[in-house]
Amino acid sequence: MSRAERIGDTVLSVENVSLAFGGVKALQEVSFDVREHEVRAIIGPNGAGKSSMLNVINGVYHPQQGTIRLRANGAWREFHDMDSHEAAALGIARTFQNIALFKGMTVLDNVMTGRNLKMRASFVEQAIWIGRARREELEHRRAAEEIIDFMEIQHIRKTPVGRLPYGLQKRVELARALAAEPRLLLLDEPMAGMNLEEKQDMCRFVLDVNDHYGTTIVLIEHDMGVVMDISDRVVVLDYGRKIGDGTPDDVRRNQAVIDAYLGVAH
Amino acid sequence: MSENLSGLDTFPKLLLHHARVRGALPAIREKDLGIWQTWTWGQLADEVRALACALADRGLKRGDHMALVGDNRPRVYAAMCAAQCLGAIPVPLYQDAVAAEMAFPIQNAEIEHALAEDQEQVDKLLEILPKCPTLKHIIYDEPRGMRYYAQPELTSYDTLVAAGRAALKRDPAFLETEIDKGRGEDAAAMFFTSGTTGTPKGVVLTHHALIDRARAAAELEGLDDRDVVLAYLPPAWIGQNIFSYAQPFVTGYCICCPESAETVMTDMREIGPTYYFAPPRVLEALLTQVSIRMEDASALKRWLYRMFMNIARRVGGALLDGKPVSALARLQYWLGDLVVYGPLRNVLGMSRVRVAYTAGEAIGPDLFKFYRSIGINLKQLYGSTETSVFVCVQPNGQVKSDTVGPAVPGVELKFTPERELLIRSPGLFKEYYKNPQATLEAKDREGWFHTGDAGYFDPDGHVKIIDRVKDVGKLADGTLFAPKYLENKLKFFPHIQEAVTFGHGRDRVCAFINIDGEAVGNWAEKRNMPYSGYVDLASRDEVYELVRECIEQVNADLAQEPEIANSQIHRFLILHKVLDADDEELTRTRKVRRGFVAQKYATLVDALYGGKPSVHVEAQVKYEDGRTGTISADLKIRDVKTFRADAAKRAA
Repeated sequence: MSRAERIGDTVLSVENVSLAFGGVKALQEVSFDVREHEVRAIIGPNGAGKSSMLNVINGVYHPQQGTIRLRANGAWREFHDMDSHEAAALGIARTFQNIALFKGMTVLDNVMTGRNLKMRASFVEQAIWIGRARREELEHRRAAEEIIDFMEIQHIRKTPVGRLPYGLQKRVELARALAAEPRLLLLDEPMAGMNLEEKQDMCRFVLDVNDHYGTTIVLIEHDMGVVMDISDRVVVLDYGRKIGDGTPDDVRRNQAVIDAYLGVAH
Repeated sequence: MSENLSGLDTFPKLLLHHARVRGALPAIREKDLGIWQTWTWGQLADEVRALACALADRGLKRGDHMALVGDNRPRVYAAMCAAQCLGAIPVPLYQDAVAAEMAFPIQNAEIEHALAEDQEQVDKLLEILPKCPTLKHIIYDEPRGMRYYAQPELTSYDTLVAAGRAALKRDPAFLETEIDKGRGEDAAAMFFTSGTTGTPKGVVLTHHALIDRARAAAELEGLDDRDVVLAYLPPAWIGQNIFSYAQPFVTGYCICCPESAETVMTDMREIGPTYYFAPPRVLEALLTQVSIRMEDASALKRWLYRMFMNIARRVGGALLDGKPVSALARLQYWLGDLVVYGPLRNVLGMSRVRVAYTAGEAIGPDLFKFYRSIGINLKQLYGSTETSVFVCVQPNGQVKSDTVGPAVPGVELKFTPERELLIRSPGLFKEYYKNPQATLEAKDREGWFHTGDAGYFDPDGHVKIIDRVKDVGKLADGTLFAPKYLENKLKFFPHIQEAVTFGHGRDRVCAFINIDGEAVGNWAEKRNMPYSGYVDLASRDEVYELVRECIEQVNADLAQEPEIANSQIHRFLILHKVLDADDEELTRTRKVRRGFVAQKYATLVDALYGGKPSVHVEAQVKYEDGRTGTISADLKIRDVKTFRADAAKRAA
């Protein structure tokens, strides 16, 4: 079965979402959908509302208008505004534009925090390290190690994150997001500030995640080469409005998109 | 080694023996998911049996070749043994070779079966598939990324082993018979030599050759099943194969496969190998790391390190060699061991190392002595793919930085009048695969292998390798002139980056020197010596003085070696530009093209031999963007003191 054949039905649908901060209209009646197993990119010039869109999906911002529909365990759930705890519980994980790791903790510990929601043992059990806590810890450690292996960061397992170069921190952040075993992964500029080689590595990891874990991915990216290469479909935002939606080829030919990026003579 | 291994003349028979005698002891460890996973000898034998049956089902048979492409992984070694069980010949290939380089061995040996470690290696094999029509079965170990591969040639290792276990249950006798059919004189493995000139050659080694040499060296060093080795160099290289396949199969020791190439240092610290091999460049990189970290340490630590390393330099080597050392020096060294050497060995992962080898290229004496001075028994050995590695090994207590030691028991050595080293040993290769002419050129009718290396015996009977035979010349008076040997001696000084010596057919030796811009630049800065650039720096009298001192030391060394005492360096000049591959003065692997340099700078060579005190030079240089320019300079020429061979002891 090829990659394209694996892409299934819609799992997330954003309908007529509008978000404003006072007089600033960050998003205006944006609608788009995400299908299972696909890599969906959101692009647009600076200030187009890309990060706001992600923040709406995982419940950091609450839109004034519109609905988000998410399919979880075969049933559709409808939200007016998502709660970020609920988003995490429903299998949405994300990374941030400016890395949000625990700098003083090791890579392994950071990845383990990604397992937090899966831990069932009570505070007391964990404190005295008995029964369930011990069993769980072993199980989670194994899961974390599998992700460390997957992301090829074994050599820095015990290194505090603050001492790592930027490109590796980005990789650790993706590892932590993966540790939550998400069904939907939101990546906010995973390749920003990387050199060519790091970008190539990151592209490979994003595709591998999509491939190996079957994770659905929504990503924001500025590097057009990357976007066109790895995404199945692209949404284009400009000044909070959707101006294009389709396969990379469609979007590349879309006049509104070209105008937004290159500007038009008035 | 008290156990009786007679009659066990192939690797599969040795494996079954270990599975019987020490089935529960570890054979291979591999760090996986952060934990060291152990394969005991018993488990390894089970896996090999199943795999062999599955391979037989897929048509691998006696005399076939099987390619193995991958890093050090238990499964790569299991496949190697499985192929040998069936009388097939494993051909390990370098895992970092590009696809095109893999095509030749596969075509040459008409390989049908290949084991690839992961997607990367599978991709390479699939790429050359159209050029290699014989290749029918590709087995991959790591399933990651392989989901959408539908090629009919591909099978996963896990599927294969599962099928093999079923086959083994149906017909357990089949494999026993196959293993019994194996003989010591059968080919055990084939290694392709890198082939710097022309196409690579497949070196065929028999079970007997590999087992004999592995055993001879193991007996020499007293290796047994308590030893531990870290397998971190490419398995396609004969050395790694000896240390991580042949020797463990002979002695029953355990090899450890690191988690990834980046974790080798950490894994080594965790494992604490007792038997270790590293080429000089690895040892140098480790020392550089230590030096850099020491410079960042606090003043107290730096002071301690300096003081105790001075003591180590004085007495460390002597203690290791069992030479007499005063009680006071012993006490000082003991303190140093407590405070500096012990912790340092621990950081390097060498706390438990009993025997460490280095080989492959000349090792700088300072580098070599550093490791010995902190109590690591680093020794040199000499050998090649064609000789199953072990030809010469330095015995404990007789270690020198510039020889490779006497012959290992079983090896006969002699030098031709042209100084070429000839070897006769039970470890010699059978032939170059499908290349009888090359075989005949390398191995003569009496069984002597012509190494192409030039050297001689030093007064203690140790072999000293100085150069390749084709590069060795003679001075006008008939003295041996080994340019690379002299140049290496010069290059071991940190201030000298490159040297070119001349002397073939001349009455004395002269040299071009390239200073190391960075090292000499630092040296100048510390002396508050202003300079405008490389050309200026290279022409300074102070720098000439610095280089002259280095060369005098080399001359003093040479005076103690009667064979080549006359090839001391009489005159030198410092070149105004760095020798560069872009100007065709170096090869791409950074070896000096001596002939080309001599021709290009003929006026300089004439000036050296003409006795002039300086010479004007204009040279074309090629910039990286392809433009050319000229550099002109007046180069000074200086004489160097030489030492009389018999007076050398006093002078030095």
